Amino acid sequence: MRKLAEWQLALPLALAFASIFLAPLLMLVGVSFFNDDKISQPGFGQWAKFLGDPFSYKVIADTMLLGLKTVCATIVIGYPLALIYLDASPRLQKVLIFIIVMPLLLSVVVRTFAWIVVLGREGVVNTLLMQLGIISEPLRLLQTELGLVISLTQIEMPLMLLPLISVMSRLDPNLRDASSALGASRWRTLFKVIVPLSMPGLVAGCLLVFASSTTAFISQTVIGGVRLIYLPLLIWQQSLVVFNWPFAAVVSLTLLVSVLTVVSALSYLGRRSGGYVHG
Amino acid sequence: MQQAVKANAARTLDVEDLSVRYGTSTAVDGVTLAIEPGEVVALLGPSGCGKTTLLRVIAGFVRQATGRVRVDGATIDHLPPNQRNIGIVFQNYALFPHMTVAENVAYGLRARGLKGPEVEARVTRFLETVQLGGFKDRLPRQLSGGQQQRVALARALAIEPSILLLDEPFAALDRNLRLDMQIEIKRLQRTLGLTTILVTHDQDEAMSVADRIAVMNKGKVEQFGTPVAIYDEPQTLFVNGFIGTTNLMNGRIASLQNGSATVALEAGATIDLTAPAGLGIGAPVLMSVRPEQLTLSSVPGPDAWKIEPGLALPIGAQLVHEARATDGTFLKIIEPRRAVAADAARTYCTLAADARPMLFPRST
Repeated sequence: MRKLAEWQLALPLALAFASIFLAPLLMLVGVSFFNDDKISQPGFGQWAKFLGDPFSYKVIADTMLLGLKTVCATIVIGYPLALIYLDASPRLQKVLIFIIVMPLLLSVVVRTFAWIVVLGREGVVNTLLMQLGIISEPLRLLQTELGLVISLTQIEMPLMLLPLISVMSRLDPNLRDASSALGASRWRTLFKVIVPLSMPGLVAGCLLVFASSTTAFISQTVIGGVRLIYLPLLIWQQSLVVFNWPFAAVVSLTLLVSVLTVVSALSYLGRRSGGYVHG
Repeated sequence: MQQAVKANAARTLDVEDLSVRYGTSTAVDGVTLAIEPGEVVALLGPSGCGKTTLLRVIAGFVRQATGRVRVDGATIDHLPPNQRNIGIVFQNYALFPHMTVAENVAYGLRARGLKGPEVEARVTRFLETVQLGGFKDRLPRQLSGGQQQRVALARALAIEPSILLLDEPFAALDRNLRLDMQIEIKRLQRTLGLTTILVTHDQDEAMSVADRIAVMNKGKVEQFGTPVAIYDEPQTLFVNGFIGTTNLMNGRIASLQNGSATVALEAGATIDLTAPAGLGIGAPVLMSVRPEQLTLSSVPGPDAWKIEPGLALPIGAQLVHEARATDGTFLKIIEPRRAVAADAARTYCTLAADARPMLFPRST
């Protein structure tokens, strides 16, 4: 009786998962196997249409590349930030963590529109560069991949920093002292001790940033416009503009599978190189 | 096996008038220590006394506000930790968890630019020195606490440091292993002739391993001397109370002549003792006497005071008596068990024949 009671505690959650996650997912799979947008004729037509079109592969590749570029940018900027956080005094750490978490407290829409102000033709970046005489004509940043990567880097940064900081601050501070006392320079300590040991946090951060930036429909459309086409935009067009639900389901499943593939590859690599957590 | 590691020339270590401040608090306050080549010195004191901070200054992790640290006469204050060539073993060993035992030991050698076979030869030699020759490819988490400590020791020794620092090295080990490791570290230190500083809060550990002990309190060194001197002739009340157990009895100096003083105890006895400097007739004093230097007797006398016997606990080969003097002072008296007569009438306490009580001024 007692044993039964224990697993029964998980039932509400299991039911919720089944009804609001698993069931729609299965419906999505089901819908994708219909040939027409009325969902009346079963068949593989939509899959054949999507997979037979070279344009589809370009969109998939662009979406994955966008994710990878964002991941790289968040690492390049986020890792040094995490190191600075680690060295900061407790009071400064509180200020830093507030700054890091703040983007999460704002709506994605607000953050994205803020970036329009920054990156626009008459925006902050262009005005500044022109006044400094570095450029003579405004740079085109909006509706380019560069602008999108820049804004996604800021928008997704908390997802990189939070796991990274949480793993790093659990590292034994004596390890850095030990490395230094053994004669290692700061760089050697960084690459031989801190980076390998912070790998679990880094991998977690990469997964979150990748999954979140490849599916960031609002930022992708608002900053990238309709000129840059990624999988989420395609899904939106097919489902809510053209009302071709079976095709939208095909694209959705493609996005799901591609993200899952990259995410599992990343986490496999991460586990192989850094499966030792302190303690 | 131990001869494989040659003794290098031992260095002197001088700490001169060293102070460390954190904000407004002073962690280390004007400490001066002159440590001889090849000597083992224990920094002993309660937590927060500044002993670990002092160790971290010597290692270079903490910068002092004033004062100097010299190795063989040359100041090392301007050097970052990675250029000081000082070996340190941390309380939690701080082994790199993602590296094998061999990689841990090789770490300092590779950082010094040594390569291939030379690194391998030294790693093998030092792992054999700490009797872990067969554990090269293990990860630290696959080792017991004692083995981890040996690896930490081999790692610190492999760089052939000029000074060895040990931060509470035995605190995480269980009792039996602790004694083994104490003996082993002492033996290694002798073979290598390394000047060694050991931080500990455990007086037994300090007594058994160290040649000299610096007892620290509130950032200051209260006394720096051999274990015997510290135990038998504590210079301050703090040292007196911190090392071993002791009985403190109130009294006054009744008379002084030719360097000897007669102390009238409030418990009702007069004791003749060596006169302490700077105390006049009538000065209030505390007499400190170790429990094993007191004895019970059934005979009253001028140097015996009446007591009310309490519990008697047999602890190993000893019998620990608890008693109360007439002025309310609780006393602890330790006697060898076989010397105790089954005599209930022993209601007087007196100094044993070899007693060396200490006198300290008492503030009233």
